[in-house]
Amino acid sequence: MNALEIRGLKKTYKSGAIALRGIDLEVAEGDFFALLGPNGAGKSTLIGIVSSLVNATSGEAKVFGTSVQEHRSQAMAEIGLVPQEVNFNQFEKPFDIIVNQGGYYGVPRNVAKERAEYYLKKLSLWDKAFRPSRTLSGGMKRRLLIARSMVHQPRLLILDEPTAGVDIEIRRSMWRFISEINEAGTTVILTTHYLEEAEQLCRNIAIIDNGQIVENTSVKRLLDKLQVETFVLDICEPIEQAPVVEGMDIHLRDPMTLEASIPKAQRLNGLFRALEVEGIEVKSMRNKANRLEELFVRLVGFDKEQVA
Amino acid sequence: MSEKVSAKTYWIGYQTILIKEVTRILRIWPQTLLPPMITMSLYFVIFGAIIGRRVGEMGGMNYIDFIVPGLIMLSVITNAYGNITSSFFGAKFGKHVEELLVSPLPPSIILAGYVSGAVFRALTVGVLVWIVAAFFAGFHMHNLWITLSMLLLTAVAFALAGFINAIYAQKFDDISIIPTFVLQPMTYLGGVFFTVGLLPGIAEQIALGNPILYMVNAFRYGMLGVSDVSLWLAYAIVIGFGAALFIASLTLLKRGVGLRT
Repeated sequence: MNALEIRGLKKTYKSGAIALRGIDLEVAEGDFFALLGPNGAGKSTLIGIVSSLVNATSGEAKVFGTSVQEHRSQAMAEIGLVPQEVNFNQFEKPFDIIVNQGGYYGVPRNVAKERAEYYLKKLSLWDKAFRPSRTLSGGMKRRLLIARSMVHQPRLLILDEPTAGVDIEIRRSMWRFISEINEAGTTVILTTHYLEEAEQLCRNIAIIDNGQIVENTSVKRLLDKLQVETFVLDICEPIEQAPVVEGMDIHLRDPMTLEASIPKAQRLNGLFRALEVEGIEVKSMRNKANRLEELFVRLVGFDKEQVA
Repeated sequence: MSEKVSAKTYWIGYQTILIKEVTRILRIWPQTLLPPMITMSLYFVIFGAIIGRRVGEMGGMNYIDFIVPGLIMLSVITNAYGNITSSFFGAKFGKHVEELLVSPLPPSIILAGYVSGAVFRALTVGVLVWIVAAFFAGFHMHNLWITLSMLLLTAVAFALAGFINAIYAQKFDDISIIPTFVLQPMTYLGGVFFTVGLLPGIAEQIALGNPILYMVNAFRYGMLGVSDVSLWLAYAIVIGFGAALFIASLTLLKRGVGLRT
């Protein structure tokens, strides 16, 4: 059974702005699914309709076979939502926020309290559990949103840019937590601006642009479309000019770093031979991590700066 | 895995909203419970004990005895209305109403939870004002059931009215306009301080179109056994008023007016 099934979903706002132009999408149960798109592409509207915060103009969204429009209550019971903006009462304590959220989903108070403790500990927030939530840092607030979304143990977890503005250490701990949830059987749908995040975490991906799905495939298949791979080479001595190798695009990032874009069909030996001839010694080499970003920019015809 | 939606889900959800509201009201008691007690004490001192002595009798009884039911009702109305507008609009403004909107709870349960919270505050304040009044005018009870039912129906009706105000409110000013320019004049002219018979000709006819007049008089009958209006008409008007507000509130919430895009 699909965790999420969307058919012909359209949304036109009262202002006349068209947010969704007929979306068809399926997310399999147990999947870790990325939904990418530039600002204003329609991602948040799509999530809003699935979580019943936005009314669709036409079309249908089903969560585990239950229509959001026809059987809202049953469909909502399956979803945990981590919104883009902090939307809890900042005068309340994290523990109370989670326990109350459990109550809204019918979780008995004693069970909700146990789960609140479990998730707050799991997300390293237990020492802040009984302080007003307005005193939490930005990263802590984001983790609290995740803990809150899990209290009723949903089968589908939707995260709308959960790591925006969070430092890398906390971001990685959040990735680990979300991965564990997914491994335990919860379907995860993630929207993010960090394309590295989608590449590392997700198995399948849909790219939405201008209210339409422009790509819907597995991350692996999408990356296979990338014919050129880019490597970053740290060299031992500074140089002034990048070596020229036929069929490769090599340029200097700085006097100690080279960036080489090599077609997948070509061997790396040619690159090393050319470096040898030029007397350039390589200290280390790594794959440039933003492969997905390159594809994304290509698919939505967008400047990288606007995406970041 | 996720909880199955059932009547128990709704019951726990309702309890949660109510517990949250009651906790909030008790936590900020200097803002919610104390001010009406102080204000009403001043009313009793000034209008009852000082001016009231010179007024003499009103409706065949001491002026201070006459105004006690009206002032209790005034507190109940303003607190039922004020609690729900500030609480629900605050949730809307701070976006934490979304916690409820994405949950499985249907509009009727959300409405019931918020209205119950407002009724709790209104009745708590009503009882506290009643205790304060007892120091000035003693304790009177003509018919317990009429007194309690009218208190409850009035609190529910004005909680619903406040809910509609909160639904339409876009900014904090919007939740103070109705209480200041509509509710307060209606209450003051609704027979709290005088019998409707004192009003001249057309003014009396206009006053009879004010639902608060019926609530205050029916409540006064419950406490003192006197009323300017028919008791049955008062119940019909209060229940009709409450039912109309309930249907309007539920419809607005179901449609997601001011809440869902």
